Amino acid sequence: MTAADNLEGLLRDLAPQVLAALVRRYGHFDLAEDAVQEALIAAAEQWPDRGLPAHPKGWLITVAARRLTDQLRSEESRRRREETAVAAEPGPPAIAAPADAPAGDRDDALALLFLCCHRELSPPSQLALTLRAVGGLTTAEIARAFLVPEATMAQRISRAKQRIAASGASFAPPPAGELAGRLAVVLHVLYLMFNEGYAATSGPDASRPELTAEAIRLTRAVHRSLPEDAEVAGLLALMLLTEARRPARTTSDGSLVPLAEQDRSLWRPDLIEEGTGLVTGALAIGPLGPYQLQAAIAAVHAEARDSDDTDWRQILALYDLLERIAPSPVVTLNRAVAVAMVNGPQAGLDVLATLEGDGPMTGHHRLAGLRGHFHELAGQRDAAVADYQLAAQRATSLPERRYLESRAARLAGHG
Amino acid sequence: MKYMLLIYQNPATWRDLPEPDRQAIMSEAGALMAELTGTGEWVGGEALADPSTARTVRVRDGAPAVTDGPFAEAKEQMVGYCVVDCETQERAVEIAARWPDARLWGMEVRPLLSPGGVEM
Repeated sequence: MTAADNLEGLLRDLAPQVLAALVRRYGHFDLAEDAVQEALIAAAEQWPDRGLPAHPKGWLITVAARRLTDQLRSEESRRRREETAVAAEPGPPAIAAPADAPAGDRDDALALLFLCCHRELSPPSQLALTLRAVGGLTTAEIARAFLVPEATMAQRISRAKQRIAASGASFAPPPAGELAGRLAVVLHVLYLMFNEGYAATSGPDASRPELTAEAIRLTRAVHRSLPEDAEVAGLLALMLLTEARRPARTTSDGSLVPLAEQDRSLWRPDLIEEGTGLVTGALAIGPLGPYQLQAAIAAVHAEARDSDDTDWRQILALYDLLERIAPSPVVTLNRAVAVAMVNGPQAGLDVLATLEGDGPMTGHHRLAGLRGHFHELAGQRDAAVADYQLAAQRATSLPERRYLESRAARLAGHG
Repeated sequence: MKYMLLIYQNPATWRDLPEPDRQAIMSEAGALMAELTGTGEWVGGEALADPSTARTVRVRDGAPAVTDGPFAEAKEQMVGYCVVDCETQERAVEIAARWPDARLWGMEVRPLLSPGGVEM
């Protein structure tokens, strides 16, 4: 790790603490967030030459607070000019913390996550705002991560902040009755962040920031704040166990390698060990939740030498539980794989048949792709080729389309 | 999810429109682009020169054959495109329906293939 990496890591760790300090003192989440970004940029420019200040966090708070108060003063004088004509209406309440807000740097990140993952925001806006306000990424970096122009991302973030300010959301921790629901939204945003990064790793642009690393870093922070929450631990375990496979999931030319064909000696034992430990502990605490079950399934895969050595009965039992507590078409689709491995391909096809018709998975390339796989296992070559071709037509990702096309070609005898 | 909105026009009909109508169409499209920038959905777009300026290139037996005019011989031609990043295909269709060319000719909404993917 270089000095520049160290500095970036330090700044990104301090970012939510500095923002929380500012919002507690002054309110105005949207303006405070801008001020913190400016202070981070100033630090990144000045510290490498002038050396680290004695109190980096205090330095950042001072610089950011100065920018914020300047900004508030100029807003105030602008508003006075405007209000000479129009009688003042009370604006939306600034986001202010109660006087007895609990201190503690760890909880700052969590309080900010609750705010950024506000229910009124769409998931893309929640993601973008979280990466900036809690993750400390610049708008340019976030724009690169999502492959959109910087101006588009800036607009998305600014609208998200305006909505939060307009909603009068509080920086105070959610009341006990709402905590579970609000936490579920935060975890879902972190889960989406991880998936976005995991899917993007075969992209051509090496300068894209690692969203998987960011999602793991933020989930670790939530886990430190809420060590007793089994679903937080389950999500962190799921991320680590999935990330462990990354070196094996693509070939050097970016082609996708299916789980059954991955070279498992490339899987990362350190992440598997940590993830397995976390999910084992979480299941012991309870209550049971979907992230823990998905992590447990990933852990069963991780302990197998290869696909044949996999304990598919245990995986099926876990999917049965998952379908009971958190039913969804995607869970049914994944459960079909376990059903096929335990009871044969026809049983898998029977499960898929329940998803056909008018359901949300109809026409989805994964449904057609799996049907192709089960037909292939059953020795029904023509049906398998037709399904793989249909799946390739429906795919919305280039590597997934390439993979499905190659399966179809290989099976048809000209691949 | 990103979608390309392909803008189709009949160049002859476009030429025959009264100038104020052409102006109205251009400013309507401009206002929509500004609106989409504001919502954080605009990714980019370009207008194309007249189809008569196109050259179509085919290589046969190793030799390029270049002909004047667009690849597809049709009255309606692609005259521009934009790319939007929105949550659903329904939303992309809604944007296309508001593009002025959709009233006179047609718009095509196509998902872009994402460069990333997940192994199966």
